[in-house]
Amino acid sequence: MHTSRLSTLALAIGTLCLVSGAFAQTKYGLGRKATDQEIAGWNIDVDRDGKSLPAGQGSVKQGAELFANQCAACHGDKGEGGIGDRLVGGQGTLATPKPIKTVGSFWPYAPTLFDYIRRAMPLNAPESLTNDEVYALSGYILNMNGIVPADATMDAKSLSAVKMPNRDGFVEDPRPDVP
Amino acid sequence: MKRGSRAETAKSSTRRQFLAAGSLAVGGAAALVASGEVLAAKPVAGAENLPPNVPEWMKAPGADVGSEPYGQPSKFEKAIVRNMRKDAKQYTSFWSGSPLEDLEGTITPNGLFYERHHGGIPEIDPAQHRLMVHGLVETPMVFTMEDVRRFPAQSRTHFIECAGNPPFTRIYADKASSLVGLVSCAEWVGVPLKTVLEQVSIKPGAKWVIAEGADAAALTRSIPIEKCLDDAMLVYGQNGEALRPAQGYPLRVLLPGFEGNMNVKWVRRLHVTAEPAYSREETSKYTDSMPDGTARKFTFVMECKSIITRPSGTQKIKQGFNEISGLAWTGRGKIVKVDVSTDGGKSWQEAKLQEPVLTRALTRFRLPWTWDGTPTTIVSRATDETGYVQPSFEELKAVRGVNGVYHNNAMQPWKIAESGEVSNAHVKA
Repeated sequence: MHTSRLSTLALAIGTLCLVSGAFAQTKYGLGRKATDQEIAGWNIDVDRDGKSLPAGQGSVKQGAELFANQCAACHGDKGEGGIGDRLVGGQGTLATPKPIKTVGSFWPYAPTLFDYIRRAMPLNAPESLTNDEVYALSGYILNMNGIVPADATMDAKSLSAVKMPNRDGFVEDPRPDVP
Repeated sequence: MKRGSRAETAKSSTRRQFLAAGSLAVGGAAALVASGEVLAAKPVAGAENLPPNVPEWMKAPGADVGSEPYGQPSKFEKAIVRNMRKDAKQYTSFWSGSPLEDLEGTITPNGLFYERHHGGIPEIDPAQHRLMVHGLVETPMVFTMEDVRRFPAQSRTHFIECAGNPPFTRIYADKASSLVGLVSCAEWVGVPLKTVLEQVSIKPGAKWVIAEGADAAALTRSIPIEKCLDDAMLVYGQNGEALRPAQGYPLRVLLPGFEGNMNVKWVRRLHVTAEPAYSREETSKYTDSMPDGTARKFTFVMECKSIITRPSGTQKIKQGFNEISGLAWTGRGKIVKVDVSTDGGKSWQEAKLQEPVLTRALTRFRLPWTWDGTPTTIVSRATDETGYVQPSFEELKAVRGVNGVYHNNAMQPWKIAESGEVSNAHVKA
């Protein structure tokens, strides 16, 4: 019993020595170094330029089928909205009294579509789609908005290359602006 | 008003017992006067507990010590709950408001703190929760909750307010909590974010920190590095206990004065970057649409605002003395002044601010008022330490239109009818 405890302790000390370089220089000595593998597993952030988009690809056609199965129940068969947000249409309405804000009319960057679908959709099972499926869905939603053709295949390069209609529609915060 | 019963006095409990039995008020004995109001016509339940009788709760011992391991409010307060619409299409991504009109002081009870979740409320075992800090840092690190709690801690009292409180098109609701219930205030305990960032040593070129929640929305918001190195915190304590699950248990970001959505709950990852994420939450949502079709991005600060909570919509006042009381707050520092008008904005009186007035915290104001029974409109207007004065809705609308959704900090006028009934003075055309 004692021997077993001692060896566990020795192992623990050994492990501590191995990683001690990670926190020896920090002020409070708290936490441990994150491994590349841990970071790769958790870091799913996709930047607006798409530089951090993952490998994989999916076609608009595949996206149409996935959308019907995974998305239409909330977003409508054609992305017209329902329980979930409207995704399609509204281009040209932003400066009217009734702006319709959708992916097509409002979102400034296409890679954000990949980022959001992958992390948060579908609402009942987030992070359940493969990267290929997320590319396909991104392509289909863009296609329904008339932004990419029906025969398009999306991957890191093609999704990054998409110029969204409202890319230049965002301005800096000028507040305080009233009174 | 709900609290009116406090002032109730009874001259003859025996007589009232008869009244309680359902008979009509008769004779001088029934003229029970409280705060100038004749209560005679109303039978009073439980008159046997009123003077001169000894109330029943004094005649036998009450519940044992410890009979409630975690105490609950009195059963007579069960109507004081979060205010939530019942007609939502789903409640995974929705909100509920603090019942501001029923709350006292400036601290929001944890069970009544407003909610806004985007993927439901996760149930997180703190032993299995990790905070990862990576990106433009010398040493990417992982912290356990035990690690986080071992850093030197601070307590700070701050409000958190949802950016859309209320949207510009939803200013017609009937009561205070339906209008601006998405604001709450607590004493938070945690570690300054700066301390944790020093631990990982941020690299030159680090301009933003993308915070990610461990909820089903994996919600991400980008925070300017200046804020992270200023008063931002990672908090685990709220009003003396651990954060509630609905407030981000076991760990959340606190950005004093910044819109609620950025105060990422259940925070599990801080990604130090040169550029903001331009995430869905900070492009397609939480940007402010202007009449010309542009949208303002990175609109972080919640501007100076106030509302009278008592008397307020759906309440009813009596002629005579009424204390006007409400809340004021600003994301830019301290409230320095709240003016109240009881004549629809023609003249203003300075209300008294309850001390201590804290930076970026709810501030209680009070003004004694005697209502002469004439229909009128009451409204409050706050000023913060930058000299900024809370605008009227008309002033805001003239500049921003009504499609902005977020950052409506307009004054809220309440109309008082001859009957004493209080209602929203904003009436939909």
